[in-house]
Amino acid sequence: MSEIRNYTLNFGPQHPAAHGVLRLVLEMDGEVIERADPHVGLLHRGTEKLAESKPYNQSIGYMDRLDYVSMMCNEHGYVRAIEKLLDIQAPERAQYIRTMFDEITRILNHLMWLGTHAIDVGAMTMFLYCFREREDLMDCYEAVSGARMHATYYRPGGVYRDLPDQMPRFEAGRFCSEKDAQRRNRAREGSLLDFIEDFVARFPKLVDEYETLLTDNRIWKQRTVGIGVVSPERARQLGFSGPMLRGSGVAWDLRKKQPYAAYREVDFDIPIGTNGDCYDRYLVRVEELRQSTRIIAQCARWLRENPGPVMIDDHKIAPPKRVDMKDDMEALIHHFKLFTEGYCPPEGEVYAAVEAPKGEFGCYIVSDGANKPYRLKVRAPGFAHISAMNEMAKGHMLADVVAIIGTMDIVFGEIDR
Amino acid sequence: MTPEERLEELDEALEELLEDFEGCSRETARGELTLTVPRENLLAVMQLLRSSTPVAMEQCVDVCGVDYADYGLSEWVTRDAANAGFERGVERGERPEAAPENRFGVVYHLLSHTHNVRMRVKTFLDADNPVVDSVVDIWSSANWFEREAFDLYGILFAGHPDLRRLLTDYGFIGHPFRKDFPLIGDVEMRYDPEQGRVVYEPVSIEPRTLVPRVIRDDMRYESGWKPEQPETEVD
Repeated sequence: MSEIRNYTLNFGPQHPAAHGVLRLVLEMDGEVIERADPHVGLLHRGTEKLAESKPYNQSIGYMDRLDYVSMMCNEHGYVRAIEKLLDIQAPERAQYIRTMFDEITRILNHLMWLGTHAIDVGAMTMFLYCFREREDLMDCYEAVSGARMHATYYRPGGVYRDLPDQMPRFEAGRFCSEKDAQRRNRAREGSLLDFIEDFVARFPKLVDEYETLLTDNRIWKQRTVGIGVVSPERARQLGFSGPMLRGSGVAWDLRKKQPYAAYREVDFDIPIGTNGDCYDRYLVRVEELRQSTRIIAQCARWLRENPGPVMIDDHKIAPPKRVDMKDDMEALIHHFKLFTEGYCPPEGEVYAAVEAPKGEFGCYIVSDGANKPYRLKVRAPGFAHISAMNEMAKGHMLADVVAIIGTMDIVFGEIDR
Repeated sequence: MTPEERLEELDEALEELLEDFEGCSRETARGELTLTVPRENLLAVMQLLRSSTPVAMEQCVDVCGVDYADYGLSEWVTRDAANAGFERGVERGERPEAAPENRFGVVYHLLSHTHNVRMRVKTFLDADNPVVDSVVDIWSSANWFEREAFDLYGILFAGHPDLRRLLTDYGFIGHPFRKDFPLIGDVEMRYDPEQGRVVYEPVSIEPRTLVPRVIRDDMRYESGWKPEQPETEVD
């Protein structure tokens, strides 16, 4: 007779499927999970406390490093809170640029999620495919901000600079042959918008490719259908947002319900699931890839036709142009004051949220009228999701925990902050 | 319905709902509604906010602590600077003793899917006895948020099923987000080759201020004043 024993199993923090530094203490009955206790905080850097010690603008870069696969969406949440506090509005062109880059970020995030989720569940090819497309979008980040990931591109009052007229190109050399460089530069001959439009034209076919590999794949379905089912009531109760909520069949998307930036002006649909399992959440995210492509195309068209300023003209908040500083005393003073002291928003408190790829990313800022936030609280979507780990994993097999971690789209930068 | 109308409707619903509770006050600023509740009534009020149909706050989006000990303090006093100028750096003297009453705030952000409206609930706690009723039974999502507030601020949530530390290290001492906890921390960690293990020691680096905290109340932010908007060309 075989002996059945209860185990306490330590999963992570150094486990490739733990998506960073998740330590899970699992109480198991044989191979069935009885209780999952996530230990988080291994990536806690005290971002919120650091923000209290710096002028507002200096913390934008920290936001990139929260959810480090959806950088600009985090910036957007923070910058929106500051704008609300200062009662300013970014120019329309900046709003469109933000919308476009939010969606580029969403694709970046969902590709990362799709690749890693699939590789966790056993589909190696997806990982390579997804990273191939991510590379192109990273180049968009680089073209516009100079950094591939941590862009610090959104600023209170607009964006750092307008879209570049020229896309950076590959040079032939030791690591890139003449032929290779030519092939890679084909889409990079024109401006950033040309490159983005080329990508938008290409991308839906690539999503079809991903779907061919996964959607009807027997193993993929065996691993995801009926795993981690969350009812709509529980999803609300557990504070879910984003695809985790929509996968359970709740039609809730801040881009539609509480529109910000230029989302009111663009046309797109919100996919929702029916069963609330890992497979439905997969379908929701894949459809979001397609919808984001639609939004990017519309924004790119608008941006092509409507030149204009991308930053407000108030030098108490936005720095003056460098050329102006050469012969304008006032501009020089503004520049100096802005970068040594910053600006002092009025006393009060605001909460501003955006629909980040993972869900509702919100920033709560308390200001006492100083040049630094008195308190900054970052509401990260992943935090609410991972707190439901016990409920979602209970009764499942050990291997399903990996699928559940994957479906939550966990990134520890934002959970631990 | 515009967001403003929805907010007004919520405000009216709250007025009716909270008639019997003393000490509750509502305030609408920047398109956000804040309800301040004395801590004795918090649980009862929260239950009403969740269950009553005209309010129906289905989601608890966020719970966080705030330490008001340094509120309104600045390192450079700007009023006197007009004649005397600023000191070069920031002297770190003794912190003024924080007033024990209302030192901590607990802030709840609620969201109603039915009415598509948000609200904020605030309650204040004194420093000696920072205890408030837990709302985990109303919203499961509050579980970890309350654990985090306990960890970072030492706020106790009565009735919480599992109030353990969440973000800080195992065996951590203190509550790091309190204003009297130094940014740099109290201890540093290194590997000691002689003892063959990791040791904790008091921090060896001095805290420093790169940008002093100043509060300026200038005319620009008086009500009615707005920065100039650029003219965007819309065709």
